[in-house]
Amino acid sequence: MQRSTTVHRSRSVRRALAFVAAGALVLGTAACGGDSGSDTTTPGASGTAGGGSGEAVGVSLITKDSTNPFFVAMQNGAKADAAKQNVDLTVASGAKDGDEQGQIQAIENAISAGDKGILITPNGPGVNDAIKRARDAGLLVIALDTPPDPADTVDITFATDNFKAGELIGQWAEKQLAGKKATIALLDLFNDKIVSVDYNRDQGFLTGMGIDTKDKTKNGDEDKTGTYTGGDYTIACNEPTQGSEDGGRTAMENCLTNSPDINVVYTINEPSAVGAYNALKAAGKEKDAIIVSVDGGCQGVKSVTDGVIGATAQQYPLKMATLGMEAIAKLARTGEKPKVTEGLDFFDTGVALVTDKKADGVESIDSAAASKICWG
Amino acid sequence: MTAGTSAAAAELARRRHSPLQRVQHLLHGYPFISPLLILVVTAAAFTIVNPRFANPASLSLLIQQTAVVACLAIGQTLIILTAGIDLAVGATVILAMMVMAKISVENGVPAPVALLIGVGLGAAAGLLNGFLVTRINLPPFIVTLGTLSIFTAVALLYSGSKSYQNNVLPDLLNWTSTGFSVGPFRLTVGVVIVVLLYLVMGYVLSQTRWGRHVYAVGDAPEAARLSGIPSKRILLSVYAVAGLIYGIGAWVLIGRAGAASPNAITNANLESITAVVIGGTSLFGGRGRLVGTLIGALIVQSFTVGLSLARVDQQYRILAVGILVIVAVAIDQWIRKVKA
Repeated sequence: MQRSTTVHRSRSVRRALAFVAAGALVLGTAACGGDSGSDTTTPGASGTAGGGSGEAVGVSLITKDSTNPFFVAMQNGAKADAAKQNVDLTVASGAKDGDEQGQIQAIENAISAGDKGILITPNGPGVNDAIKRARDAGLLVIALDTPPDPADTVDITFATDNFKAGELIGQWAEKQLAGKKATIALLDLFNDKIVSVDYNRDQGFLTGMGIDTKDKTKNGDEDKTGTYTGGDYTIACNEPTQGSEDGGRTAMENCLTNSPDINVVYTINEPSAVGAYNALKAAGKEKDAIIVSVDGGCQGVKSVTDGVIGATAQQYPLKMATLGMEAIAKLARTGEKPKVTEGLDFFDTGVALVTDKKADGVESIDSAAASKICWG
Repeated sequence: MTAGTSAAAAELARRRHSPLQRVQHLLHGYPFISPLLILVVTAAAFTIVNPRFANPASLSLLIQQTAVVACLAIGQTLIILTAGIDLAVGATVILAMMVMAKISVENGVPAPVALLIGVGLGAAAGLLNGFLVTRINLPPFIVTLGTLSIFTAVALLYSGSKSYQNNVLPDLLNWTSTGFSVGPFRLTVGVVIVVLLYLVMGYVLSQTRWGRHVYAVGDAPEAARLSGIPSKRILLSVYAVAGLIYGIGAWVLIGRAGAASPNAITNANLESITAVVIGGTSLFGGRGRLVGTLIGALIVQSFTVGLSLARVDQQYRILAVGILVIVAVAIDQWIRKVKA
């Protein structure tokens, strides 16, 4: 283990340099000083802290970007928990959602830093090769939130069952309609890229409504009209939102132009749901349509309380990061590998339906309970 | 144009011009004519595909959807007129927006003060760009490439990547979303602000000495300097005014997005540059009009709405805008070859 000490020393030198550079930048731009240091790294606990034992275990957490509140929550949760587990955590991310090159570099940095494992929310298949190289170098690679394609590129995935998340809000929406004709707007993440979180939630939602989705990995191939569990349906649109407020608003406006009678709005996440609500409100139709979403961030849960969103499926990013770190630490210390949830090809970190209008036969928690365990 | 040209020679030159050359002359004199033609043809084509495109409700939406990018494109036009480019548009907007939202919500700063601070911060950010361009003599591309990262990072560090929805924001910050009807059209306060900005800046650019100096500096900086125009001061003021406009754009964006969020605008740089270029403003500086930029922004958004109404995938919209940019610059190059 001589190697690991030298690696550690060179790391601390680099870390010091990074601090100086970050400090210079911060001084130059008059930003808040304290935060930027902890943004790049969180030093591992000095000596032995509770929970962990022996030498600190190096782990890199690589998220899709560093702006999405979901990943920010994940990073902050991991930083807070790293000391407890005696993990020497490095946080990195792509420059923006979809940036594969930035993630590849972060993986390479983790390998050369001598980390024991990597937690990654992969931006796309372009990072698969780098992940393989990391595993060949002996690192445990755990995907968080999104499994890579193919899923066995990584050792294991700790994630929300996104299909089930969609299914829950679909079942809830079906019950709310009580047999009325459903005119559905599908506000997806992208329609110029195919990503699993997008099609799993969208297709899960339709399945929950009782609509045949045909290919479960393809958005938009279902019949435009037909019957759902409760009655007839029409799919008014499949529009991209980029997951943002203004994207959600523009998408909903375009949907309403073609189909003014939309009464069910599926949204990929809560920011796009807020945008969709604002479009409906501007058109004076906010009472006519129910909006469902996925994420369960604290602001999303508040939107449920406020009646903006009818129901949302809550996921648990902090749990993903914490359990992932724990798994790597355990492997490094005891050699024990994590196992997948029975019946799934990943470790399910759980999902709960959040609504203040309980539907018969669909298990849910109310927004007050959800606000206690929300992220962000 | 030159003093020595006799009327007879001018007459002779005019008669030698082919019809195509006369079109070229016309376009040279009025650079917004070609984008206007493109807009009319685009709108007509989409109306034929789906008549809903032309109804007042969808035209109202088209205007509302264009407002934010059209606003930012005013600042971008000013900078491109001086042969510069601004890659920090989106970053400046996010910075101004997050600061005005956070200080009003969390620090209890009264909304009007928060708004002024946000807009002022936009101007200060522009001033920093202008300072680096004029005093340190760095190319605008490099300066704004750097400040793009700096402003983004500062905005994220300051806000902790948190977003503020309109139900927590003070009414004034959300005021730009207030809607009203003009006949069958539905507009917002944000749209009115952007239209006013176009009128004011259009007047300033074409009727004031400062406006003429901006064109002069962009067209031939050395000639401008020799004729006694304070080029550096003009450049500095252009960046500051652009930043101020981005600050106002941040206010308009809050109303549009219904929240102040670090992810509220993703493609501001490219969209504003696209609007300017399609609008007939030369990337080489000194030639172009604000009205062209407005038309350019409307053309881009028409593709979004029109192709969405035609139920065509987003890829085709991206494809169409890409082709348009190339065609627009090619037309610009052709017009510039006009023989005076």
